[in-house]
Amino acid sequence: MSDTSITMSAGGGSPEALSFHVAADYHPENGTLLGFWVYLMSDCLIFACLFAAYGVLGREFAGGPTAAEVLELPTVAVNTTLLLLSSITYGFAVLEMQRDRQNPMMVWLAVTGLLGAGFITLELREFAHLISIGAGPQRSAFLSSFFTLVGTHGLHVSSGILWLIVLMVQVSKKGLISANKRRLMCLSMFWHFLDLVWVGVFSFVYLMGVLP
Amino acid sequence: MSDHLDLTKLIFGRLTLQELPLHVPIVLGTFVVVMLGAIALLAVITYYRLWGYLWREWFTSIDHKKIGIMYMILGIVMLLRGFSDAIMMRAQQAIAFGDSAGYLPPEHYDQIFTAHGVIMIFFVAMPMVTGMMNFVMPLQIGARDVAFPFLNNFSFWMTVAGAMLVMSSLFIGEFARTGWLAYPPLSDIASSPDAGVDYYIWSLQIAGVGTLLSGINLLVTIVKMRAPGMTLMKMPIFTWTALCTNVLIVAAFPVLTAVLAMLALDRYVGTNFFTTELGGNAMMYVNLIWIWGHPEVYILVLPVFGIFSEVTSTFSRKPLFGYASMVYATVVITVLSYLVWLHHFFTMGSGASVNSFFGITTMIISIPTGAKIFNWLFTMYRGRVAFEVPMMWTVAFMVTFVIGGMTGVMLAVPPADFSLHNSLFLIAHFHNVIIGGVVFGLFAGINYWFPKAFGYKLDPFWGKCSFWFWVVGFYFAFMPLYWLGFMGVTRRLSHFDDPSLQIWFQIAAFGAFLILLGIISMLMQFWVSFRRRHELRDVTGDPWGGRTLEWSTSSPPPQYNFAFTPQVHEGDAWWQMKQHRYRRPTDGFLPIHMPLNTPAGILLGGISFVFGFAMIWYMWPLAALSFIALLAVAIGHTFNYHREYYIPADEVHRVEASRTELLANHV
Repeated sequence: MSDTSITMSAGGGSPEALSFHVAADYHPENGTLLGFWVYLMSDCLIFACLFAAYGVLGREFAGGPTAAEVLELPTVAVNTTLLLLSSITYGFAVLEMQRDRQNPMMVWLAVTGLLGAGFITLELREFAHLISIGAGPQRSAFLSSFFTLVGTHGLHVSSGILWLIVLMVQVSKKGLISANKRRLMCLSMFWHFLDLVWVGVFSFVYLMGVLP
Repeated sequence: MSDHLDLTKLIFGRLTLQELPLHVPIVLGTFVVVMLGAIALLAVITYYRLWGYLWREWFTSIDHKKIGIMYMILGIVMLLRGFSDAIMMRAQQAIAFGDSAGYLPPEHYDQIFTAHGVIMIFFVAMPMVTGMMNFVMPLQIGARDVAFPFLNNFSFWMTVAGAMLVMSSLFIGEFARTGWLAYPPLSDIASSPDAGVDYYIWSLQIAGVGTLLSGINLLVTIVKMRAPGMTLMKMPIFTWTALCTNVLIVAAFPVLTAVLAMLALDRYVGTNFFTTELGGNAMMYVNLIWIWGHPEVYILVLPVFGIFSEVTSTFSRKPLFGYASMVYATVVITVLSYLVWLHHFFTMGSGASVNSFFGITTMIISIPTGAKIFNWLFTMYRGRVAFEVPMMWTVAFMVTFVIGGMTGVMLAVPPADFSLHNSLFLIAHFHNVIIGGVVFGLFAGINYWFPKAFGYKLDPFWGKCSFWFWVVGFYFAFMPLYWLGFMGVTRRLSHFDDPSLQIWFQIAAFGAFLILLGIISMLMQFWVSFRRRHELRDVTGDPWGGRTLEWSTSSPPPQYNFAFTPQVHEGDAWWQMKQHRYRRPTDGFLPIHMPLNTPAGILLGGISFVFGFAMIWYMWPLAALSFIALLAVAIGHTFNYHREYYIPADEVHRVEASRTELLANHV
């Protein structure tokens, strides 16, 4: 079964030397992390489409408000800070997880969740403000694509928070078993991925929209 | 009184009794027949006390083989529906000339051509291709299941939920009248205010979740779970095509999700993505949907190329000619399929240089495809070709697909496309490649792998009847459309004025009738084979003299597929094992780790159906409720950590011993 016997007999030497099955218990590698990566890439394509739609429609103000008129950079700066910080705190949680220290990990996870919730709150306030001044998603193609892109990201963060809560319950019930560690790693990738997408949203939508 | 009305409206949304087709005799008749059929089926299942069996062994099963078979059954059932639409259209066009309006009113006819396209692509071809990959691929790579067995079951039930939504549009409300890609502005809320387009959106979104997840699942399976020694260039060619197809699924379906979500927002929220005012851009929809739509064509046809490769090599008793070039051709097609989407709308007016670019990329695709055709021909050359039914389908494919490919190259020339765009020539072209490629290939695959799945071969007589009716019927049905397209007849018309065209439509209708006989023969084939299953029994597990690993195990394979994981040294692994007179081990079995069944998949699929239905009819409370239920069941499922069990070594020993005995008695 060793590689050498294969190479030797491949030239037509002694065919009996070849083994055609694995007599021991054989377990393929776990594919969860790869699968989750692939999922993230497909999700990334959804964002790519929304970015593309924003790219096409982002200047179609239809006589309504422009990006520079309605978007407020200071709020978004706070927002961005919260989200970037939450990625760091999730990183701390993963470090604690790798040291098998459950309680500090849970604290960092809770901090991450709170930062995420702060992000969502500010975003919802921004949305409510826009709608109240008549700049809702129906007003123009620019606002449609803006609300959809930013809102889809917000929806992802919200489901991330829900997932975080579920995982905290599961860790507190089952401890840091390997299944839970795997799930925490998946959520970690998800969370950092959303951070990365937000960097795109921040630069492409807010900075380019507001700065001259 | 008005309180009562409001409550009804809150619960039932815009669904009223008027939406039931009590006033349309054709639909009512169909409804009665379908209901009687359904009641008869349920009665039979109850009478034979099969519910428990179906639930335990099939509906909740996470065995990739059973899920694959269920996908195939879904595809065949939906094929009957999609074909009914086809033959209704053919009949209408054959008679609706001059004073005769035919028997289908235009608004009904429009629903039929839309439903036909949607069903045939999403709920016939996709489930069958996915089913093939699900059943065959893990066996070919020597795996015991897919990477995420639960996800596999869930994907299947999401596809079923989407199919059920399309089917319910037949009897509750109406389906879209927009054509199978629902271009705005026709599909926006102002032009299509009824539930038809919403049926379209939600059935595709729900089924799309299933497709995407199964794409990820099968992709990871191929990357991570191949038997030791099976390097990429030793994979069976069908597995290669499955790999490329799943890459395409993962990279294309998110685009469909995004574009349909934007259309849904336009319809439900009143956004302006694709509207004609306030800055919307309908052509963005057309671009985005074809960025999904063109790779979709290759998602369907690549696995089928894989099937033809396996069949050609097995029945020519030769290794596949040019294995490496076949792999490279497949990968090149995978990449190129993203660079051609604009050829679906050359007439949009993107300008000569853009059109030239996409025209040239389209023509380039015919090079790797042509290489494949030559590979198959050279595989047959000097082989001892056995003309069994799968091989007959393969030969018919080679002839038919080449014609379809060449008309495709004609359409790829932008100036020619300007006169052929949206004509029946286009209809003839894509039916030529989809029927001549995908459908023929699926039938080759069904005939080829049926003995592996069920333990007995399909009856060749009825298989050949089905073959000849289908192939001859195809030529009768679609060659006249090429001709009509050249004369400028456009698609999607329910009535014609020029009587000189009628004869061609009558010939096409005759062809559709032959295809009907082909479908009936296929159903007869299943029935007759089931009756003769003892004579047609395959005891060896290798009825055709196969070359790849799926033929090394029994037919049907045991639940765990392989008692010992195979060790691979070359491509055509099973062929090499036979050359080396491999003896299967008869003792030393170990307990085998397997995933446990779960009802979570069918539950989530069922709730998704309710959610989709509620969204279509604006039943907001029900929609909210079912969405919460969806979350609750999904989260609840993650609290189940007990997902695997061991098949004891004794059990494996017992199963393998009975096979040893069977082989000893028959060989």
